[in-house]
Amino acid sequence: MQSRTETAPWAPDKPIVVVDDVHKSFGHTPVLAGVSFNVMKGDVVCIIGASGSGKSTLLRCINGLIPINSGSIRVAGQEVNDPKLDILALRKRVGMVFQQYNLFPHKTALQNIMMAPVRVLKENREEVRERAQRLLKKVRLEEKADAYPGELSGGQQQRVAIARSLAMNPEVMLFDEVTAALDPETVHEVLITIRELAEEGMTCMLVTHEMGFAREIADHMYFTDLGVIVEDGPPSEFFSNPRDPRTQKFLGQIL
Amino acid sequence: MRTGDRLRGNTDLPVLLPAAEQLRANAARERSIGAPILRLRAWHGLLILAIILLWSGVVLAQDITVERESVLDALLRWSPVLLTGFAFNILISFFAMGLGTVTGTILGIMQVSLLPPIRGTSWFITQFFRNAPWLVLLFYVMFLMPFEFEVFGVIIPFPDWIKGVIGLALPVMANISEIVRGAILSIPTGQWEAARSLAFSRRQILAQIILPQCIKRMLPSWMNLYAILTMATVLTSVVGVAEVMTLTQRALSAENRPEFLVPFYGSVMLLFFIYCYPIARFTQKLELRYAVKD
Repeated sequence: MQSRTETAPWAPDKPIVVVDDVHKSFGHTPVLAGVSFNVMKGDVVCIIGASGSGKSTLLRCINGLIPINSGSIRVAGQEVNDPKLDILALRKRVGMVFQQYNLFPHKTALQNIMMAPVRVLKENREEVRERAQRLLKKVRLEEKADAYPGELSGGQQQRVAIARSLAMNPEVMLFDEVTAALDPETVHEVLITIRELAEEGMTCMLVTHEMGFAREIADHMYFTDLGVIVEDGPPSEFFSNPRDPRTQKFLGQIL
Repeated sequence: MRTGDRLRGNTDLPVLLPAAEQLRANAARERSIGAPILRLRAWHGLLILAIILLWSGVVLAQDITVERESVLDALLRWSPVLLTGFAFNILISFFAMGLGTVTGTILGIMQVSLLPPIRGTSWFITQFFRNAPWLVLLFYVMFLMPFEFEVFGVIIPFPDWIKGVIGLALPVMANISEIVRGAILSIPTGQWEAARSLAFSRRQILAQIILPQCIKRMLPSWMNLYAILTMATVLTSVVGVAEVMTLTQRALSAENRPEFLVPFYGSVMLLFFIYCYPIARFTQKLELRYAVKD
């Protein structure tokens, strides 16, 4: 057991994300009531569960957007809850994509991608521009570089948002219901982008309602209910043979 | 047809349909702004001018001694003085707006600070100056501040009009503070979350992501406040600044002809109308444009 303040060097054989007995409540409402799991580097993990079961909160705790009440979260050996931790250093390693895209409306697609590396990482503007253009090409939007978010469709905005996160060269990507606000016909273009990322070996944690996609892409599934992980397992087993009655009921409703 | 229907622009008479459409459109626009639209046109200004001229004509006709100078000639003779005075009003409004905007923006940002003492202090200052009569603030500044400063043995005069600028900048500052605070809070929290997840610091988020988005939202209220401030610059005449009202009073007492009172003050009104009305129109246009976009 490592001491809390120490940032031990992270070894490839250790999990990149370690969540250990995390509790979080908003006021008197418990949202996470003792959640523990590990994510290995390169794994794709999908978290499913009913609304209000704490999935989004869990993701936000992992990159320190929401402080936890007790327990421990370590990302690449860094304790997220450590008051001495440079929270900005943590966020550079963890990218996050949101349901509502949250692109900066006053900047073009390219500027959205370039902003954080230039302003936060203080990288060379020309190098960042090159990388941003490469990322736009990767998400198949190179012709939209100069478009403002308001001129893009939901699916296009979401792909720019993914590229924006990738521009920081994160080690872990968090996806918070990224297709939930999209038109059905644009969902697949975002999913294709995520699948490509996963195939390249990016560590991904997805909160999603796209069961078919989760089944196809995930290395490991988690089902949360009332702030705890009720059941987990590889998708083949998880979907075809759920053990817990709550999982059975949820999957029965949704599939 | 009930009266309510007519007011809402509903009708079953084909002849009235275009007018009903117009009414409906106007009502929708007013709803989106949340206030009635000013329906003044440029010719309304001309109307005011015509009334003033007619009035002076009547005044002139009542006058039997024809040798006396006509009101138009007198106005023309005094116009350089009055226009200089009016230019002074504009100058005061520029300085007060500039000072109020800078200090008000800082105060508004302090109002969303994470530190309770800063938030509380700035909230109190804002509420204090926002809920004080402008004239009282003006008097306060006038009589509280010295007429000259001494810095390293050098005496720097502190003229009345600068005190007037400061006195007017105080309520402007408080109003801008509220406008800035409201604009910052109106930006969706997702913008903050996204920026934080990209490792921007709070200061960077405010300066590079939130405030640039606020400018567009604040512009109509800012211009509205400027128009109000411009009209309030005449308050400085009460404390003796040589602006257009003060000069008009002086001109009138020099002429000593009571029949000039209405045309002279009418002209001052017209000057402000000509200056402020286009600002009001432009503000409405901006409000409409942004109401549609967001």
